Amino acid sequence: MTEHPLLAVERLHKSFGELEVLRGVDLIVEAGQVTCLLGPSGSGKSTLLRCINRLENYQRGSVRIDGERIGYRRSGNVLHELSERDIARQRRAVGMVFQSFNLFPHMTALENVMEAPLRVLKEPREETRVRAERLLERVGLREKAASFPRELSGGQQQRVAIARALAMRPKLMLFDEPTSALDPELVGEVLGVMTSLAREGTTMVVVTHEIGFARRVADEIVFMDAGRVLERGAPVRVLDAPRHARTREFLAGV
Amino acid sequence: MSSLEPSSSISAGSSGGGRPGSGEDPDDLVIVPRRQLGTWVLAAAVVIVVGSLLASLLRNPNLQLEVIGEYLFSAPILSGVRSTLELTALAMVIGVAGGVVIALMRLSRNPVLRAIANTYVWFFRGTPILVQLLFWGFLGAFYEHVGFGIPFTGDNFVEYPTESLLSPFVAAVLGLALNEAAYSSEVVRAGILSVGREQVQAAKALGMTGGQTMRRIIMPQAMVVIVPPLGNLAILMLKTTSLVSVIGGADLLTEAQQIYQQNFKTIPLLVVATLWYLAMVSVMTLGQRQLERRFGRGMTTVGVQ
Repeated sequence: MTEHPLLAVERLHKSFGELEVLRGVDLIVEAGQVTCLLGPSGSGKSTLLRCINRLENYQRGSVRIDGERIGYRRSGNVLHELSERDIARQRRAVGMVFQSFNLFPHMTALENVMEAPLRVLKEPREETRVRAERLLERVGLREKAASFPRELSGGQQQRVAIARALAMRPKLMLFDEPTSALDPELVGEVLGVMTSLAREGTTMVVVTHEIGFARRVADEIVFMDAGRVLERGAPVRVLDAPRHARTREFLAGV
Repeated sequence: MSSLEPSSSISAGSSGGGRPGSGEDPDDLVIVPRRQLGTWVLAAAVVIVVGSLLASLLRNPNLQLEVIGEYLFSAPILSGVRSTLELTALAMVIGVAGGVVIALMRLSRNPVLRAIANTYVWFFRGTPILVQLLFWGFLGAFYEHVGFGIPFTGDNFVEYPTESLLSPFVAAVLGLALNEAAYSSEVVRAGILSVGREQVQAAKALGMTGGQTMRRIIMPQAMVVIVPPLGNLAILMLKTTSLVSVIGGADLLTEAQQIYQQNFKTIPLLVVATLWYLAMVSVMTLGQRQLERRFGRGMTTVGVQ
């Protein structure tokens, strides 16, 4: 339909003060594709993810979703920062799931899922409720609709968080180490939901340490180290025949 | 019992009958918590001390219980109670609204807004409320007229005599509310800062604007931290209103004073005022508990159910 990829990150540079955490990162994700970002901690994976929906700013480079430049308006060779309101509008197209779930503790699971469609998209309440219930059903938590986050296990909270992100009907889903804060026996239920999302054609960028998940679900694996992409390719290629010594070292340690 | 079996087989050599230890049966033993003797000793001491104080108080003829009874529900006292409640309510509502605005200004990215808010808090927290009340009460002597006009020229489009605008009641509300705004802004700011940054990020990631995030996500959670100290401030305000007697506000204490300046029954009328203050503060404390429960939704075990 269109010639541009769903997500195009080009030569992204980001530093926190003196520390350069992204040093010219490129990332292309086609619609319906699942990309897993692997790499040691501090390699810039999470920062890259947070630059995609402008939770972090960056010093150079560009991020485009479905062809639309995120965070800036170009005139000539100058990028002017967009207003907070315009950036908020752009973020609607991108769902994000955090390592620590970040559910709203003063709202029930159902209210968490309904909040953004109600307030941001101004959808009618009844329609939103029906859709939110269906989303909770989809992540297997229909019966927990009235529970508050603190009454749910970590795995259940993360599944509500996924439903909450999906409620905005995003074009792209970002997952920032979604299972790293979970007890080992709860990891499976979250990965299960993510796997079914991937099978249904959701476009996903996933920062993860779950190599098994990456192998089964990813279309492409991107290995990052020290703010650079070291190698990328099909899971079999990167995981079974890594070209870089750093990649081999990392995979041996996981 | 079945869970004991593995350990009994380990220590089987030490005792017979499959039971470890000295041969006693743990099922026959009754566990009694340690008696808290100190509680009873203290309670007895309190009864004696409080009892003797009460007895001496009630036997003192200067207390004049019949005078207290006579004035407790008299018209001037009741009207004083009403203005004390009105002053408290108005000063709190205006003060807290101002406090929210100042708190948001202090947390703003705009350095000019931050400077204005900081200066405001510095000034109103740095001067005694009594002095501020006197100042507002006597503003008419300083500026005889107030009006709107072109800055620096002294030409005004509209102009009013200060005395007609600033009645003692208005001056009292103004003084109390401006002071309250400074103090409550600190409470509100602490509440906002108590909500984790990750909540803001979650709201932003869903496309919520700054205003929506503040109203829907941050404030409801901040209320859990804000309500208890704000209830404290409200109770403090109820009693601070007694200071407006210096500028002729018709509050409870002023009314009581006016009566005892005529009949010299000072102590009984101060007791009347005390009883009313205690009653009003008790009701406010109940209200505060209700609010805490309401805003604790989802945060504490009390809030759930």
